[in-house]
Amino acid sequence: MFWDKKIETLKTDELQSLQLKRLKKTISQAQKVGFFKKRLSDAGVTTSSIKTLDDIQKIPFTKKQDLRDGYPFGLFAVPLKEIVRIHTTSGTTGKPTVVGYTKKDLDVWADLIARNMTMVGVGKEDIFQNMVNYGMFTGGLGFHYGAEKIGMTVIPSATGNTKRQIEMIRDFGVTTIHCTPSYAMHLSEVAEEMGESLDSLKTGIFGAEPWSESVRHTLEKRLGVTAYDSYGLSELFGPGVAFECKERDGLHIWHDSYLVEIIDPNTGERVSDGERGELVVTPLVKEAMPLLRYRTGDVTMLMKDGCLCKRAQKIARITGRSDDMLVIRGINVFPSQIEHVLLKIPEVGNQFMVYIDRINHLDEMTVEVEINRDFFSGELTDLANIQKKVGKELRDSLELRTTVRLVEPGSLPRFEGKAKRVIDRRETI
Amino acid sequence: MDTKKYVIKQISIFSENRPGRLAAIAHALGEEKINILAFSIAEANGFGVVRALVDHPEKAHDKLLSLGFNIAFTDVIAVHMKDQPGGLYEVAKILGDAGINIEYSYAYSGKEGAVLILRVDLVEEAIKKIKNSGATLLERSVFH
Repeated sequence: MFWDKKIETLKTDELQSLQLKRLKKTISQAQKVGFFKKRLSDAGVTTSSIKTLDDIQKIPFTKKQDLRDGYPFGLFAVPLKEIVRIHTTSGTTGKPTVVGYTKKDLDVWADLIARNMTMVGVGKEDIFQNMVNYGMFTGGLGFHYGAEKIGMTVIPSATGNTKRQIEMIRDFGVTTIHCTPSYAMHLSEVAEEMGESLDSLKTGIFGAEPWSESVRHTLEKRLGVTAYDSYGLSELFGPGVAFECKERDGLHIWHDSYLVEIIDPNTGERVSDGERGELVVTPLVKEAMPLLRYRTGDVTMLMKDGCLCKRAQKIARITGRSDDMLVIRGINVFPSQIEHVLLKIPEVGNQFMVYIDRINHLDEMTVEVEINRDFFSGELTDLANIQKKVGKELRDSLELRTTVRLVEPGSLPRFEGKAKRVIDRRETI
Repeated sequence: MDTKKYVIKQISIFSENRPGRLAAIAHALGEEKINILAFSIAEANGFGVVRALVDHPEKAHDKLLSLGFNIAFTDVIAVHMKDQPGGLYEVAKILGDAGINIEYSYAYSGKEGAVLILRVDLVEEAIKKIKNSGATLLERSVFH
């Protein structure tokens, strides 16, 4: 099934000429942003120097740090009155990355989600429970409006209260769910404990963290769904950038909307199809916040094989990150964010260790910090308050619940050179 | 009344809740020939505070500090109790009637009877009430 058959199955030459047209438009849009204007002029690039799609390589990469430097609205190409929504993602230094949308952006984004969901065969008749965060995280509202656009019956259940989620699936006859794969595992276990078989479920859309084929099999068996991988990131609207079709062998990335390059993260040079590297995307349809050659940090490859569904070239499922970002319960976390939080709390030292475990299929983060000897009063309650304070500050900054362990001063490892502060003990899902 | 002479310095040591920590503290004190008169461990979420009355608090403090321990002094009082049924009641009642709150407490029973160590919110007030009731408080001069 197609949402927009013409655009989804464009012939290569037609697609490329559309991409080139949209790339030029995107460059002019980007020139309205001081940051890009300077970048392009420093590189000596104007719209007329882009004659072929390959000419994009003349443009320097944009990195997440560039977006942070522009905090809050420095990357907007339209006046704030044209921005109708703002989302944020966590940043490494406590400052989030801000993304903005015009009315048209929201419409285009919902359309991309509609394409994805239609591609996997869900439609008007389906009842859709959207079990992800509805706040600043783009996954909630992104899927919500896409599903409404298709005409599905949408249940904005958001996260938490797993038993209630299961009751709603049962009582409302939910056919389609969207959540993180780890939450889906948790859901399946709670359903089993409750003796609920969730027979109405047919389709499971899982994203925001990397997951394996073996988890796919487990989820399909336990939940009775066909499981699809969803990929996106806030800087590129949010979810909906790439999605598996019914073949479930790689993700279709929407080439009319996203110009894809795969590079060697160390040299910045392009790699061949079939070779893994970092995904670099130039969104071709963004109005409020155009980006040029954005380094996603996600590792994938362009697949050589075509697809039975007749849509264009796929990317492989994401296998990791090219930087030190962690994905914990679907939320991006940089170790430097933790450091930044600890620096603001005088009662604890600046050394830390992070342990990540998967307990009952949910990611649990434990942060060890040293108590600062100047703040030790000898009272247990004061220590407990410090522990609570660190936990709260981390939760406020990372939007993630963490377990804080206070340890003795000087007991944490000190690193010379590259620190290995993160011990990820999760098995691959 | 000179209440100060009844204020005793307890040493409080931050300790992670893992094997060997108490042994490390006890070993250090033993090496310095410091005798522990009484001690207790308070446990919270993954860590604890070891509280001890020792015969040489300053020496204990310096030794443990030099070993990297996180250590602080805490003011407590120590009351002689009758080592017989109802002994604790007598002391607790005096404080309760005076509206003095006991934050924590531990006890030991030695050659000269039982001693109750108290951390209270109103130290001076507690000392006065206990003295007035005729009970005996340990003096800080017992410690060096």
